[in-house]
Amino acid sequence: MEQNTQQPYQPKDFKSDQTVRWCPGCGDHAVLNVLHKAMAELGIPPHMNAVISGIGCSSRLPYYMNTYAFHTIHGRGGAVATGFKTARPDMTVWQVAGDGDGLAIGGNHFIHEVRRNVDLNLLLLNNKIYGLTKGQYSPTSDRGFVSKSSPYGTTEDPFIPAELVFGARGTFFARGIDVELKISQEIMTEAVKHKGCSVVEILQNCMIFNNGIHNYITARETRADRTIHLVHGQKMIFGKDLDKGLVQDGFGLKAVTIGQDGYTIDDVLVHDACCQSNFLHQQLAMMDGTTLPLAIGVIRNVEAPTYEAEVEAQVQDVKARHGYRNLREMILDGDTWQVD
Amino acid sequence: MLEKTKELFRQSIVVRFSGDSGDGMQLAGTIFSNVSAEVGDQISTFPDYPAEVRAPQGSLNGVSGFQVHIGHGVHTPGDECDVLVAMNPAALKQNAGFLRRGGVAIVDIDSFKKADLEKALFTTDDPYTEIDLKAQVVEVPMTSMVKAALADSGMDFKAQMKCRNMFALGLVCWLFNMPLDGALHFLQKKFEKKPAVYEANAKVVRGGFDYGHNIHASVSTYRIESDKARPGIYTDVNGNKATAWGLILASEKSGRPLFLGSYPITPATDILHELAKRRDLGVKACQMEDEIGGICSALGASFAGHLAVTSTSGPGLALKSEALGLGVMAELPLVLIDVQRGGPSTGLPTKTEQTDLLQALYGRSGECPLVVLAALSPTDCFHMAFEAARLAIEHMTPVILLTDAFIANGSSAWRIPDEDDYPEIHPNYVPEEMREGWRAYQRNAEGVRYWAIPGTEGLQHRVGGLEKDYDTGVLSNDPLNHERMVNARKEKVANVARHIPEQELLGDADADTVLVGWGGTYGHLYTAMEQLQEQGRKIAFTQFRYINPLPVNTRELLTRFKRVIVAELNDGQFAHYLQAEIPELNICRINKVQGQPFLVHEIVDQVNKIMEG
Repeated sequence: MEQNTQQPYQPKDFKSDQTVRWCPGCGDHAVLNVLHKAMAELGIPPHMNAVISGIGCSSRLPYYMNTYAFHTIHGRGGAVATGFKTARPDMTVWQVAGDGDGLAIGGNHFIHEVRRNVDLNLLLLNNKIYGLTKGQYSPTSDRGFVSKSSPYGTTEDPFIPAELVFGARGTFFARGIDVELKISQEIMTEAVKHKGCSVVEILQNCMIFNNGIHNYITARETRADRTIHLVHGQKMIFGKDLDKGLVQDGFGLKAVTIGQDGYTIDDVLVHDACCQSNFLHQQLAMMDGTTLPLAIGVIRNVEAPTYEAEVEAQVQDVKARHGYRNLREMILDGDTWQVD
Repeated sequence: MLEKTKELFRQSIVVRFSGDSGDGMQLAGTIFSNVSAEVGDQISTFPDYPAEVRAPQGSLNGVSGFQVHIGHGVHTPGDECDVLVAMNPAALKQNAGFLRRGGVAIVDIDSFKKADLEKALFTTDDPYTEIDLKAQVVEVPMTSMVKAALADSGMDFKAQMKCRNMFALGLVCWLFNMPLDGALHFLQKKFEKKPAVYEANAKVVRGGFDYGHNIHASVSTYRIESDKARPGIYTDVNGNKATAWGLILASEKSGRPLFLGSYPITPATDILHELAKRRDLGVKACQMEDEIGGICSALGASFAGHLAVTSTSGPGLALKSEALGLGVMAELPLVLIDVQRGGPSTGLPTKTEQTDLLQALYGRSGECPLVVLAALSPTDCFHMAFEAARLAIEHMTPVILLTDAFIANGSSAWRIPDEDDYPEIHPNYVPEEMREGWRAYQRNAEGVRYWAIPGTEGLQHRVGGLEKDYDTGVLSNDPLNHERMVNARKEKVANVARHIPEQELLGDADADTVLVGWGGTYGHLYTAMEQLQEQGRKIAFTQFRYINPLPVNTRELLTRFKRVIVAELNDGQFAHYLQAEIPELNICRINKVQGQPFLVHEIVDQVNKIMEG
């Protein structure tokens, strides 16, 4: 473990003493290590962090954290985290969910925590499969996906997590892939800096039940051409030789090679994650690596009031205007009578 | 700790219909009293006509009223009314004096416009304050609803408004559980020769009934009144409000801020309403996306160090059961209020029952014991909500408090407790000297886990739904460890018995027979015992409010009697539980599952039958 003497905390300060029990080669290992590093980089003390999860392979993560941590029940991490953060706005709260936990059984809590804009950092680990129950299709599995519970292929379309986030008026959406550690660390720290519900989707491999599901995107040889790392304020360029760019094409986007067909670097769009309108963010998030590169990095990052801060502010405001010191004072202010 | 002052239990209600003399109040009142008589109530009525046959519309002199007293033991039309229907401001002004303090005024809000207020000589736009109305006001847009109902009838507005009395009648029938058949039958006879008029009136009376049904209208008409009041300052409170207040006091006495995670459900929603208002006391009440979100947000707040509460009714309790299991497993304090209603499923949302007892005791996966309490009366909701919070916090366990629609909506005069009437609550914090090397599932002498408040340096820890090692708190699949933890959780709840009052016996201690109840039937059963004694019966009585664990003296107390009569508003759930806990008891049962409270005479009759063998 590398040491950084500039930082008040090291990654090891956020590690618990419990044995990590994911399968060898699971993408969760990478996410856990990156999370420890991101926490050290942020410098928020371990005791001011809370990590909350539901059920699934990835939801075991809280056991490996030297923070306040709560491994809850299937799908409910979002609701538990909402209550925690509302009670304790001063703590930094992380939620860890898988694609089944977050988008199937916990789908309702997911859209509502996004809508409320609770200041949570939600790591959505998407391996497009149920691993802990041994290989059933998930709500992010592609149509026709063959699994133990869909031996003839699924007959339903998947959710695209970003679309749900935008539909629920999300203020922050970032995407990473388990093999791009630096980018994952970058988006996790950005998520914490963003005040509001920060959804970080990490595409992640399951060695046992869905090995290679993201290979099209993650394979070393083609990764540079099939992904684009978006950074706020920078040109949207990608490719092994960084010679490709995204340009506006009518109402949509187009990938071009700079210097070909009359396109110059000036035609390439500059990423604006902070634009209030999510129109272009959604277009960027929907790119899937086929005709357009899959977007990773922070895609949307806008400011809006957060739920827990508004609740706290309302409490303070009401107390200041017509608050009571205690229950008795409040009751006596109402309709009462004396019996002697 | 049961109230020993003589209590008077009212089982009759007084309704006063009032409006313009042209509004047909006499007819509405007459039909209501006839229908009540048909379902077996005793009735007494009192028409109150204006002096003029037709005074100016909307004026004070033109007000007509009709008072109906229905129920049991009814000998007069009643001095005060419990419910006042006022079709316009003049009617409200003229009749408000008849309405008892804390009663219900139902007004046609459509006829409370500026001009209407002026006709009744109101000088402000707040008529309720102007006449110092101490009542719960239910504002119903009667005129517009009648107009809408009769839009296709071809009737002109004036004719439509002649049916407005039937809307009020329909609503009152809903409130007092009177089937409409009787009213419709009466109307049919009255308008035999005018089928179109009958159709219009029938449509409107159904409209009023359905309106009450759709908005889950309910009014507090039942009261337990103490005739010998302790000196002090009093206020009127219903069970739901008292519950909310008890929780607030517990927050003050424990120093833990109050959090409510809830979802609207009849008849529990008023707890959410009251706590939402109490931002002025620092309460964070959150309306979540569903019942599960309600309890889960509360568990999050509990883990975060708050006094956390979720409020619901039977169907919501079912949805919350998995999360309750998590609370038991993570050993976190949590208060769940279940305002019981008629079930199963959607059942009878506004009606009262005691049918969630076994669900509260056993309705979870695994061996999953928790504390179950029940409140006796509207004001006892305050005390038991406090108790629920005290036991949850001091014993690190979820606690279910069972109230019911009857006491939740029922109101009663309540003596505001003094500062020191209630004890301090002591959270089981990690002691200073244990901090070094502390493990999350270590227990104190009572078997209680410690509460480490997040944000405290050095006490980072992990809790969750998976089984933990008894000593280290690390995940464990060890078979014997699991059994040891099951027993530890069971003992922790059983130990609560040492921290609750002993069960009290009322009535004749040397009787052969004891009448036993639990929760919100207290007033009826107590009154029944008194009536039985007046009839010369020797009988004892005890009402349970600590259900799990039972008070330590329960076995000793009940085994003194040759016969234990358990009366409850379900099919025998508490009797079943008692029989399992104390097999040697000779239990007889009185059960009622009609969505209605007991009537005292029903209990008296059935006890007499049992005692006569």
